Amino acid sequence: MSLDRRDFLKTIGIAGLTLCTPDILKAGKSKDSDREFRGMLYDSTRCVGCQTCETLCAEAHGLPPPVGELKAGVVRKTDDQHRTVVNCYKTSKGEVFIKTQCMHCNEPACASACLTQAMYKTKQGPVIWSGNKCMGCRYCMVSCPFDAPKFEYHSANPKIQKCTMCYEKMAKGGIPVCAENCPAEAIKFGSRREMLAEARKRIVENPDTYVDEVYGDHTAGGTGFLYISPVPFSELGLNTKIQNESYPALSKGFLYSVPTIFVLLPPILLGIYEATKKNQTHENNETE
Amino acid sequence: MKTMKPNNTALPLSRDSSKQSIFRFILSELKPKGKIFTPFNIISIPIILTGIVLIVIRFIYGIGSVTNLSQEVPWGLWIGFDVVTGVAFAGGAYVITFLVYILNREKYHSIVRVTVLNGFLAYVFYAGALLLDLGRPWNVVNPIIGNSFGTSSVLFLVAWHFLLYMIAELIEFSPAIAEWLGAKRARKILSGMTIAAVIFGITLSTLHQSGLGALYLMAKDKIHPLWYSEFIPVLFLVSSVFAGLSMVIFEGAISHKVFFKQISEKNQTSQKGIVLGLAKICAGAMFAYFFLQLLVFIHQKRWDLLDTPMGYWYLLEMLGFVLLPMILYVYSYKKSNINLAKVAAIITMLGIILNRLNVTVIGFRWDAAIRYFPTWMELAVTLTVIFTEIWIFRWIIKRMPVLSEPPSWAKENK
Ligand code: SF4
Ligand code: SF4
Repeated sequence: MSLDRRDFLKTIGIAGLTLCTPDILKAGKSKDSDREFRGMLYDSTRCVGCQTCETLCAEAHGLPPPVGELKAGVVRKTDDQHRTVVNCYKTSKGEVFIKTQCMHCNEPACASACLTQAMYKTKQGPVIWSGNKCMGCRYCMVSCPFDAPKFEYHSANPKIQKCTMCYEKMAKGGIPVCAENCPAEAIKFGSRREMLAEARKRIVENPDTYVDEVYGDHTAGGTGFLYISPVPFSELGLNTKIQNESYPALSKGFLYSVPTIFVLLPPILLGIYEATKKNQTHENNETE
Repeated sequence: MKTMKPNNTALPLSRDSSKQSIFRFILSELKPKGKIFTPFNIISIPIILTGIVLIVIRFIYGIGSVTNLSQEVPWGLWIGFDVVTGVAFAGGAYVITFLVYILNREKYHSIVRVTVLNGFLAYVFYAGALLLDLGRPWNVVNPIIGNSFGTSSVLFLVAWHFLLYMIAELIEFSPAIAEWLGAKRARKILSGMTIAAVIFGITLSTLHQSGLGALYLMAKDKIHPLWYSEFIPVLFLVSSVFAGLSMVIFEGAISHKVFFKQISEKNQTSQKGIVLGLAKICAGAMFAYFFLQLLVFIHQKRWDLLDTPMGYWYLLEMLGFVLLPMILYVYSYKKSNINLAKVAAIITMLGIILNRLNVTVIGFRWDAAIRYFPTWMELAVTLTVIFTEIWIFRWIIKRMPVLSEPPSWAKENK
């Protein structure tokens, strides 16, 4: 009997360790933020609000054309049929345009939330979704601080829709359609490091034009999509409350404690069990 | 208590166990026992039928056709209530098995089976409700068969633990099934596995009760700061203790009315001691919980949030649904008043519903322009899940030795 129990505990320990050792234990260390992830730089001062990116993105991914009028004061949102949207804000420096889409975080909350690894960050940088793994739990949506993933609520075979940085095109050597076709050259594509350098260069060379900050440099642990703008980002509807640490870090503490509990708790319980078993007669008298 | 009736349940306890007769026996047991037109049946049957229709619609036209979920609020009543709250209420099983098997408190032995059964069914149905909420449920096997392990995901952990815990609880309950079927040898083997299953089950429970809270850790900017903290997992774990036990008290009170015939004399008389004992444990756990909440509150310097509508709501939860029932529990065992304990149990349970919904639904996106509110259809499906569970529970109680005494042969070869 006691042998069985020992074996059993060993099994629990092993099962616990293999089942629960979080990937981030391994992956978290290699601070890959500066590995050559692809990234994009969006310059609000250049964007003219022509919506070319919206239209061509929809075409490229077989989605319906943009809806709603683009005008100052109206906030349109990305949804399950529109992966990117350009809005216009009345700001302290007049009307300014801003494009929104998935930020392709360095340490994406969505990917660490996904229990099937359907959502994942590719080596090249884009964060993409694969339909044959996803079970549609929408935990990625709950976790993403930017609310980027969208779900097809009215389909029996629903997909998660979001910007993929045109990953398939990129794999064949291409660049994202929006960056390729922007007539105002507001969107630039390259390695994240280059984009960050370019952003800083523009800010340094034109200190009066830009606010001295790159949105996405540190936001949510750094994102692949970077913004520079003539006005503070809060005036453009970007969420400036998002923390600078990565979001997966928020549940790391919990996940780290899992293997420990799995190894420590069963022997403790067994110990108490053995101890109280001997005193059982006493206990009974006491509680009666 | 009413006059003691003889314990004449219609359990066909001793049968020769040739296969054919077992088969015939199960067939006969599938037929309903008792009256068909009880008030419960009259209410639950139409709702269950409606729910089934809604579930069919949901699978044909998508989740959006029956729910109010949106791109901003991807999880609603089905997750927030069915799964998160339902599993908290199922926490009674791990606490009671801890008391009985690990601490050897024999006093609670008579309620182990019914609590474990309740816990097991709660997991099957409430964790099972997760399947209704999955957009692509055919891929649910992926994280289980190991074709893609998202091991950095809290949901991965929770899903696995649900599954393993159901197995552990089934093992804990299995001797009752064996007794019902008259399978003596199987019973012996199965009861030998109990302790292992209990230890495994408690470990799993600690982790997934807290894990349900940990699910929301990454939704940092979306949950109202009065309910979000890095300590959600601990708070969820501690509150699952008294959530589960209050459910045990509540469920016990109802069972004693409804299944009076099935309950053995011995268990009827021991009920008072059990309820008061549980009341004491609840009060202790609630004190710890209240204290923790207070620490979190002070630690996060939330004073200025109190004087807002959400702040009043928070105070209501803390004072009206934690502190008040805690005091009632204390009184109930000081004054040996089990009715007071039952009242406390009900208030505590309402408080748990309030708390879990505050984290998952009410406080989630509290600042959004368009707030999520469940449709009547989401509600109907939730009720369907609950009622179906009760149906199955009743079916089992009337057949297996759960509330009633095990057959005499089972006691002999203990
Ligand atoms: S913005 Fe959201 S969806 Fe996009 S990579 Fe980051 S966490 Fe994932
Ligand atoms: S909805 Fe799909 S992609 Fe998103 S977390 Fe769930 S399984 Fe992963």
